[in-house]
Amino acid sequence: MTTALVPARHYLNDGYGIKSWLLTRDHKRIALLYLAGVTFFFFIGGAFAVLIRLELATPVGDLVSDETYNKLFTMHGVMMVFFFLIPAIPSVLGNFLVPIMIGAKDLAFPKLNLASWYIYMLGAAFTTYAIVTGGLDTGWTFYTPFSTVASTSAVIPAALGIFITGFSSILTGLNFIVTIHRMRAPGMTWFRLPLFIWSHYATSLIMVLGTPVLAITILLVAAERVFHFGFFDPAVGGDPVLFQHLFWFYSHPAVYIMILPAMGVISELIAAFCRKPVYGYPFVAFASLAIAVLGFLVWAHHMFVAGISVYAAMIFSILSFLVAIPSAVKVFNWTATMYKGSVSWQTPMLYAIGFIGLFTIGGLTGLFLAAVGLDIHVTDTYFIVAHFHYIMVGGTIMAYLGGLHYWWPKISGRLYNEWLAKVSALVIFVGFNLTFFPQFILGYLGMPRRYHAYPPEFQVLNVLSSAGASILGVGYLLPMMYLTWSLRYGRLASANPWGAVGLEWNTTSPPPTANFAEPPEVTWEAYDYGSPAVVEHV
Amino acid sequence: MSDIHAHPALAHHFDSLEEQKEAATLGMWVFLVTEVLFFGGIFATYAIYRSWYPEAFAAASHELDVTLGTINTAVLITSSLTMALAVHAAQLGRRTKVMVFLVLTMALGGVFLGIKGVEYYHKFTEHLIPGPGFQFEKEHLRHAQIFFSLYFMMTGLHALHMIIGFGIMLVMLWWAWRGTITKEYYSPIEISGLYWHFVDIVWIFLFPLLYLIGRHAH
Repeated sequence: MTTALVPARHYLNDGYGIKSWLLTRDHKRIALLYLAGVTFFFFIGGAFAVLIRLELATPVGDLVSDETYNKLFTMHGVMMVFFFLIPAIPSVLGNFLVPIMIGAKDLAFPKLNLASWYIYMLGAAFTTYAIVTGGLDTGWTFYTPFSTVASTSAVIPAALGIFITGFSSILTGLNFIVTIHRMRAPGMTWFRLPLFIWSHYATSLIMVLGTPVLAITILLVAAERVFHFGFFDPAVGGDPVLFQHLFWFYSHPAVYIMILPAMGVISELIAAFCRKPVYGYPFVAFASLAIAVLGFLVWAHHMFVAGISVYAAMIFSILSFLVAIPSAVKVFNWTATMYKGSVSWQTPMLYAIGFIGLFTIGGLTGLFLAAVGLDIHVTDTYFIVAHFHYIMVGGTIMAYLGGLHYWWPKISGRLYNEWLAKVSALVIFVGFNLTFFPQFILGYLGMPRRYHAYPPEFQVLNVLSSAGASILGVGYLLPMMYLTWSLRYGRLASANPWGAVGLEWNTTSPPPTANFAEPPEVTWEAYDYGSPAVVEHV
Repeated sequence: MSDIHAHPALAHHFDSLEEQKEAATLGMWVFLVTEVLFFGGIFATYAIYRSWYPEAFAAASHELDVTLGTINTAVLITSSLTMALAVHAAQLGRRTKVMVFLVLTMALGGVFLGIKGVEYYHKFTEHLIPGPGFQFEKEHLRHAQIFFSLYFMMTGLHALHMIIGFGIMLVMLWWAWRGTITKEYYSPIEISGLYWHFVDIVWIFLFPLLYLIGRHAH
């Protein structure tokens, strides 16, 4: 492998100054704007988590009052879900990579893309305003009638922030769909697309179909709270359970907005570090679409104890079990890809392996929750908390960090410190499991979520969890530091430091503003690691 | 090829105006799908409460002014016609005609909103705004509030979409006036038309659901 020099002109030095960034229409620069945004809100959300774990280190509620505690877990959830997890992979990695991977010069609507970042920041500003003016205590789920008639906290600005941010999600999804349909390079057929693209396509469908339902639901809540309209208020014959249906119609698929792009990242990483095409490519591709479709049919498994009919519960239970099939297809196919692969254990691969293990645990415990009887036993306990953190933190954040490391040389043109990165990946893995595995046990033993005090017999497991959280916190700070450090002091990256295949590795690191010196023409299949041309290139 | 490349409206990342037009059209259709889901949420809410409280909904519906609603339906459908004519004129490159039809579309939209405003004012004076001041026959006092909440929310969101449409028309008018819209590049007018027709169609559903329910019984 030659150490190709950084090209004289690339997207990072094509214009300087604040204006060249804030008014850019280059999808790569917009991706970096998003990177700054989501990183900031990740640490804000993380700060709330620190306070939660600090409070729970002792059984008595001694650090914060119960009301403050309600606000802490609410704002942790709101920040993490809406301002980090949902935009993180699509808006940062997806924004950067979707056009490059399909051989396009940019997304179909560059101005809309920039607008989506401003909309995201505006929404974040509203929600941040809610936080600093007294906070929000409804839980991230905004359940009525508490959110509409009882809560005295800043429901309206927070809800407005989420409403606004939803539009950035819709615009990103719309942009991806049109781009993937219309802007593929000559020869880039649907079944030559990287699986990252398939998963982003599926994600975009959910963003476009689900987010507007959340938008209208939030508007109904706001109208009920502000104008005393009656939609969900039992006082006029309204039904709070209807709110839950509408809310989860979006918010369950939203989980797949978080995990599907992560699965796309993992497919890329596994192929690159096993030197093999992903096993059963069409199955993995269609599994993404299957998850997107099935994801819309399972929402009421969040409501088994909300008073829905037993028949509805049974149907939603069966449908929820079905989601396990495409998810398992992916896990099996990644594992089969590794079989007899030439596996190298570099940092992104460590994250990928971590993802597969943690996602499997998160997914299997999801089956517990799809079973109505078992779900009733563990509803609103720490079992649920542990389950969704295995999916969202163990799944999405592991994949996000893995992807960030894998494409960092492409994004920045620099290599990071491999040793530090490996250590950090291990620290994160250990810290994560120590934080959340005890919560499965706590939940099964009956510790309810959303209380700031608990019986003393739960303390040992809670202290373990809090200790794990501090390790996890260190693990998250490390990449932040060495990646930033590498921007200035890292070794220069070649065009293809991993010897991987894919159009993004066929252009310079960092890429030129138009992505490629010459418009590419694709004549090879996806993950063509066996072909002589590729072997020679590596 | 080269003369097409030189077209000032061609963005740098597209190879041809045709490709650019296809992308823009697909984008608008995807956006309209999101709109269907957006209104779908409130239509579902409507369907559930109407099936629960049919008598209250019929009684509350009688308070709406069918005459004004019917006039508004006609006005809005006519505005869709003038919009379609504007698109047609744009395809032929008839600049003046485009502007005339756009202005007509906006004028009809303005009439619609004006009539809607009159209706809202009547509801206000008749104490039919949901909340503490709401007055209605005792039997349906509670459930009629749900009807009127839905009424104001649905027609309000529809009106908001029309106001946004107004903004779009103004931009189109400006572009037509300064000559951006040509026979080769008329897709902005075309996709604006898609949006306007969608807003029209929403009303076609709203009108019977809100104004005409329970009429056959009387």
